[in-house]
Amino acid sequence: MLQLDDKIRDRFSLIKNAHVAYLDNGATTQKPDCVLKAVEKYYNEENANPMRGIYELSVAATDAYENARAAAAEFINAGDASEIVFTRNASESVNLIAYSYGMSQVNEGDEIIVSTAEHHSNLLPWKHVAEVKKAKVVFYDPEPDGEFDIDKLSTLLSDKTKIVAITQVSNVIGRINDIKAISKLVHEKGAVLVVDGAQAIAHIRVNVKDLGADFYVFSGHKMYAPMGIGVMYGRKEFLEKMPPFLFGGEMIESVTKERTTYAEVPHKFEAGTVNVGGAVGLHAAMDFIKQYGFEQIVARENMLTSVALDGMREMPYVDIIGGDMVCNHHGIVAFRVEGVHPHDVAQIFADAGVCVRAGHHCAEPLHRYLAQFAGTRINSSTRMSIAMYNTVSEVERFLDVLSSIRGLMGLS
Amino acid sequence: MSNSLYNEIINEHNLRPYHKRALENANYTLEGVNPSCGDEITLELFIEDGIIKDAAYEGEGCAISQASADIMADMVIGKTLDEAIHLSDLFLKMIKEGVSEEELEELEEAGILESVSHMPARVKCAVLGWRTMKELIEPLKDNN
Repeated sequence: MLQLDDKIRDRFSLIKNAHVAYLDNGATTQKPDCVLKAVEKYYNEENANPMRGIYELSVAATDAYENARAAAAEFINAGDASEIVFTRNASESVNLIAYSYGMSQVNEGDEIIVSTAEHHSNLLPWKHVAEVKKAKVVFYDPEPDGEFDIDKLSTLLSDKTKIVAITQVSNVIGRINDIKAISKLVHEKGAVLVVDGAQAIAHIRVNVKDLGADFYVFSGHKMYAPMGIGVMYGRKEFLEKMPPFLFGGEMIESVTKERTTYAEVPHKFEAGTVNVGGAVGLHAAMDFIKQYGFEQIVARENMLTSVALDGMREMPYVDIIGGDMVCNHHGIVAFRVEGVHPHDVAQIFADAGVCVRAGHHCAEPLHRYLAQFAGTRINSSTRMSIAMYNTVSEVERFLDVLSSIRGLMGLS
Repeated sequence: MSNSLYNEIINEHNLRPYHKRALENANYTLEGVNPSCGDEITLELFIEDGIIKDAAYEGEGCAISQASADIMADMVIGKTLDEAIHLSDLFLKMIKEGVSEEELEELEEAGILESVSHMPARVKCAVLGWRTMKELIEPLKDNN
């Protein structure tokens, strides 16, 4: 186990060389040198098309890919490596579930419950399924503080409910949802639970079995891995029954003119040449995280979040969305500055070398929903999001800029 | 850079706009939206004998979109449709490819938004008012 302190920054070339405070980790994290080197090593020493060649290089590529799958299964405590399907990202993972499971299991008059806090990635695929299958999307609204009331879910669930889609950690307000309690209710009604883990996976220990998630999706690039590799975890009993989503090479057992027999899971869902380099990078990123361990990661990210929240609390013109308790944020703090539009806020941060995000963060329904309680028509916000390599001085730099914004905009 | 973008003129137009109001005698109205930021304006014009006699707008958005719309409204009052379209073209040119010193002078106060040309994320904010104005009056040109 490595000690987690500011020295971790030496392991990221971009962070060492850039002079910015990178606080947009909810969008994507930076990549440590060990991840980039692992990808390079794969291409320099083991690259071949996996699964098909019988020569040594292809075997090495297959091993690299399947080792990454096993590592991902272990990382989230899946029951079996075959429950891990590699995709491009969390969005593609949800699309896979929607097109395959959704389109085959949802029928006319059925209901899909989607939380109002979802990233568009875990909303639009379900809206599409509902449209095509003449089913209905039912929204599960949080309370004004962002917390989901479990009792409210009980009233929404019915025999018509086929799927419930909810995020583990909100990409806007950072709130963690009680997936374990939710899965119990969902399963009592015989529905399946799809969990978006994109904002959780790099920040807390995820145990899909303990959570009771039937499907769990995440992107590699938000957890120190390269862009273009993601995971769709699905319980084997579902995966085996689901039809393929993409058709092509490597997803079949045999093809004749009349008949096609599909390969076993997970290969059934991985048509075409797969992203071995990405999977190797993801494997290295998981090892990187494990070198520090989630106990240290959670402690450091909470410490940094608390420095941010303490400073923001001193600024009466700053409205923190989702309350100011550290335990509710998981490194994500979205806020509004009174009288200043979020895009101007982010611009001033950018000009001062602080990278934050402005807009509705691909969660327009949540912004519109929360704006009504905040008494504002502005349905967007500015978001700072922390990773384990951020430092106290970066957060202080963020606070300095934040305190100067109203003045720069001509407000007192 | 922030000091040059959020200067006193932009802040003044954003905080105390001259033309952000409803125009009672407006005879032409068009809504403009910048979907990437969520900026929106409703532009209202009173046009008579081919001349923009009055201009106003209402809306929500970032300082750049609102100040730019306010400056635009200020500049097109008293202009013919052709003159207003010419100004809009010149403004878009300034943002997209750059303008000569003479052209910059022609743009008067709007010229202070020149630095937006280096900020791809803010271009749509800056051009919203100008694009909406051009869209609104271009079809009228042939009728006059």
